[in-house]
Amino acid sequence: MQNSLHQMRLLDELARRPNSINNLHPLTKLLTTLAYLVVVVSFGRYEISALLPLVFYPVILLAFTDLPIGEIMKRIGWTLPFIIGLGIFNPLFDHQTVSVLGFSISQGWLTFLSIFIKCVLTVAAGVLLIATTGMDKLGSALRMLRVPKIFVLQLLLTYRYISVLGNELARMLRAYSLRAPGHKGIKREAWGSFTGNLLLRSFDRAQRVYAAMCLRGFSGDYHAGRMNPPERREMIFILGWLAFFIAARIYDLPAWLGSLLTGVIS
Amino acid sequence: MSHHRVEVRDLYFSYPDGHEAIRNMSFSIYHGESVGIIGANGAGKSTLLMLLMGILFPDGGEIVVGDTRLTRKTMTMIRQRLGMVFQDPDDQLFMTTVRDDVAFGPRNFGLEEAEVEMRVEEALAQVGIPHLIDRAPFKLSGGEKRAAAIATVLSMKPDILIMDEPTSSLDPKSRRRVMELLKTFEHTKIITSHDLDMVLETCQRVIVISNGAVAADGNAVNILSDPELLDRCGLEMPLSLQNCPHCGCSKLSRDRF
Repeated sequence: MQNSLHQMRLLDELARRPNSINNLHPLTKLLTTLAYLVVVVSFGRYEISALLPLVFYPVILLAFTDLPIGEIMKRIGWTLPFIIGLGIFNPLFDHQTVSVLGFSISQGWLTFLSIFIKCVLTVAAGVLLIATTGMDKLGSALRMLRVPKIFVLQLLLTYRYISVLGNELARMLRAYSLRAPGHKGIKREAWGSFTGNLLLRSFDRAQRVYAAMCLRGFSGDYHAGRMNPPERREMIFILGWLAFFIAARIYDLPAWLGSLLTGVIS
Repeated sequence: MSHHRVEVRDLYFSYPDGHEAIRNMSFSIYHGESVGIIGANGAGKSTLLMLLMGILFPDGGEIVVGDTRLTRKTMTMIRQRLGMVFQDPDDQLFMTTVRDDVAFGPRNFGLEEAEVEMRVEEALAQVGIPHLIDRAPFKLSGGEKRAAAIATVLSMKPDILIMDEPTSSLDPKSRRRVMELLKTFEHTKIITSHDLDMVLETCQRVIVISNGAVAADGNAVNILSDPELLDRCGLEMPLSLQNCPHCGCSKLSRDRF
């Protein structure tokens, strides 16, 4: 449990490191990520090769930050069971075959691969957005986009509540394990009281945190400090990536590059 | 300086389960006073603090800060004047950096970012941790967390500081640092604690609470050296006033004060 809390806090810490991507205006990264997500999901079920150039976005972000690749991959890895669950039945239901590079392959596998790539790319973009921006600044960027404050507040407080809940759970698990040597996990008979207690304790703690917020003038607006509008270099960042995403969406860049290379060679 | 005065008049409060936590409580605290509120567990100290801060509202009686009666309407204004440091600093430190935590109050009160930044630096310098400004609160030691929690309140420039057990769970050195820090504040201070030695050192006046009512109110040395009164209220004399455990020699007889 402590490890999970550490993993969660790690993203906040990574976002605070000074580097060229982290220092960008949060709105810049949010808008670029949103555009990226829209472009990725807009590809058809069988358009796999055209999707591949979009790998550049997360790869380049990773290259320009000092984010630990292993940690980012681990987070993407956590979503793999869901991704596989989403697409694993496609090969069973779609038996039609197509020819790819001279090989005959079922369309089901193609769509599964397409879902897999899209999910990995979108999750990677989301994780990178949080790891380079941080939740608080992301909240401010959402407010700049005129997202209603109730939604932004909900998002930020839920994020905070997870660590409150996690802390209480860690304490209860420690107390339980010290009085239940040799037990693997929590005995089924204790599940009810354990969960109920956890809920009440975390409510209690959340109420104290909320009271501390109210005593310091919190009235529903979450201020993360003043933010200047994006600068010129940040506009170039957005526009550059937008141009790339649009090009990747309109043209099949790998096919075009392939024909260019084969043309040059021949 | 009437705006620094806190008056509690005929206060009553019961919890929804019927437990009467505060009964007919009255006292006044004046500008610049440092007042220790002491009492056994369940005496009503924390409830009193919550009533003073407007987290709870009394069933009877009233609280007046300066010339303003504490109500739901005046609560926000009064909270700007009173700064409360919670017993558990983890309840008070919820942002991702110490800087953001200390800036949380001033930003909520709509101050300019330059002013906020100045207040953050000032408050952190005052509590002696300017070097921790960009650290994550969960990475601080117990003493550092306490100092950061105090800074979150100082940055709001309150007239009156209210502290719930400021030295609990601290090692001796950290406790000493917090005590020295408390002595440097010129604010009106209201401190609840079971650490009676700390109360003796930092407060000139003590209010003893027993079963939700004021059992005694007066000079700290007089009250804290009255073993019968303290025993009646479920307390003990501070260690620094107790007789020597080896020879039985009375410390009070050494013209300590």
